[in-house]
Amino acid sequence: MRATFAIQKFNPEIDARPHLEEYRLDVAWRGNTVLDALFQIKHQLDGSLTFRASCRSAICGSCPMVINGRERLACQTLIADEIDRSGRIEVKPLRQLRVVKDLVVEMDPFWSKVNAITPWLTPKREAAFVRHARGEIGEVMIPQNVHQTFYNVDACILCGACVSACNSLDVSPGFLGPAALAKAYRFVADPREGERRERLERLTREDGIWDCVRCNFCVEVCPKDVQPMEAIIRLRREAIREGLTDHPGATHITAFMDIVRREGRLNEARMPLAMVWPNLFRMLKILPLGLKMFVKGKVPSFFQRPIKGIREIRRLFRLRETFK
Amino acid sequence: MKYALFTGCAAKGACPELYQSAVKVAQILGIELEELKSAACCGAGVMKEGDPDLSLAINARTFAQAEEKGLPVMTICGTCQGVLSSANKNLKEDVPTRERINAMLAPDGIAYRGTTEVKHLLWVLIQDVGLDKLRHAVKRSLAGLRVAPFYGCYILRPSKDLGFDDPNDPTSLEKLITALGGERIDYSGRIKCCGFPLILEKESMALAMGGGNTAEAKREGADCMVTPCPLCHMSLDIYQERAERQLGERLDMPIFHLPQLVGLALGLSEKDLGLSHHLVSVDAALRKLGPQT
Repeated sequence: MRATFAIQKFNPEIDARPHLEEYRLDVAWRGNTVLDALFQIKHQLDGSLTFRASCRSAICGSCPMVINGRERLACQTLIADEIDRSGRIEVKPLRQLRVVKDLVVEMDPFWSKVNAITPWLTPKREAAFVRHARGEIGEVMIPQNVHQTFYNVDACILCGACVSACNSLDVSPGFLGPAALAKAYRFVADPREGERRERLERLTREDGIWDCVRCNFCVEVCPKDVQPMEAIIRLRREAIREGLTDHPGATHITAFMDIVRREGRLNEARMPLAMVWPNLFRMLKILPLGLKMFVKGKVPSFFQRPIKGIREIRRLFRLRETFK
Repeated sequence: MKYALFTGCAAKGACPELYQSAVKVAQILGIELEELKSAACCGAGVMKEGDPDLSLAINARTFAQAEEKGLPVMTICGTCQGVLSSANKNLKEDVPTRERINAMLAPDGIAYRGTTEVKHLLWVLIQDVGLDKLRHAVKRSLAGLRVAPFYGCYILRPSKDLGFDDPNDPTSLEKLITALGGERIDYSGRIKCCGFPLILEKESMALAMGGGNTAEAKREGADCMVTPCPLCHMSLDIYQERAERQLGERLDMPIFHLPQLVGLALGLSEKDLGLSHHLVSVDAALRKLGPQT
């Protein structure tokens, strides 16, 4: 199988800007991966081609890159699949991170965000060890059903694919981002953790959990099915349960649910008002747009009739006792 | 071709033009609709943040209503589609979850057996109506109109729950635009987020996303954009002026709901399609089209 590879090359010491370079090569075997091809190119065609790789088994997290427009591990991406789907293979470095050379990016900002969430356990004193009946000291076991709530987050190999694909990071580089927040959830969910509330308090500050736009890109690209966005959603839920509700993000959820409980449907006249209530200054700020929408017939009645069968909806809310 | 119509909240609230145009287009194309009048909000991914089981139960109630009618569900909102697809997959494949949720619903005599299908209008147009039929139904070709498709997140991701388009390289909107005679614009923002979920919480981030994607479509030569999601529409249309101010750049980009663009090609009038509801005028795009025949 003859395949064409367009690979982004960039040597900051020589090049003004990154450029795509094409390489044609015979791929010996249909099971070959993009990483196999990169090695082949480096050995046979262009010794200067620079990329990171190590285990070749999708566990070290060294070789994430943007292959045909999407973040993937090069060692996990079959050439044949890409050729079948797109007819060619284009390889670029991860986004959001500075390119050092060719496909190698600067990972320091990634690590500093992971470090910022304190990626280690701060055990409760009583949870660090248990004293067994006969007096000897043993370790605390996590029951399997508890570990199941965060085992997929534990599977993170810190490759950075999610960070590269994150739409919030596109516009807000300070955002902690999916990988660090998924890691943060791992410690919040750990029953041995002693500073759960302090962690949640830190995570609800600027650049934290409330800046995720729920675009689902991190879920889509993660090679280990960590589903970082789902971890962020759980952190938000935990924060609200912990009473950390003094944030527009939390208000958005509670107000949304309150409207659905009353009417069965979201009332788009009430929702924005619930967000700014009772702050007069912020109410005045949304007024001009509200008026424009009103003129265009885009503001529904403030007093909507609840849907048919609203009693069923309200009963479900009562059953769950969610955010009364 | 008969569906139980799940309108979603936006089509009954801030986007009446979506509801109106979808019903008109369905009528012309022979898609019979029976509205699920007592269906509740899908939760828009927000209720799941508060309480996942509550959100699932409310959606199971909706699926059970369609199941009773023996009809598949059609959505006209990308966000509804994403949320309902995920909930439905969960309820269909995870039997213990379905039983747990059905136990919540039991006191009202509701039980979901797991047989309802949920499809977005976009998928119905491509799979059930078919591009050929659509091509033949065109009365006012979109020739000369350069349309930038804007998918939004929920109709594409997570793809394991949706399973229609390739999430990295979707083609359904493009096929549709071409079938209606229009020219499709290719740009990276077409599969990105419109920013809507943050619009009431952190407007600057939301505007940077929505405005940024619109600006890219404009740079690539788009006369207008089309989206299958009313939340994207709100972000791109209602907030466009604010995005322009933040970006310091004129956008003047007409934004069409999916059925509005289809309706234009089917010869429906501006009034039928509710085009006067938009905050950004669509006149510039309409002028590109030939006279209505």
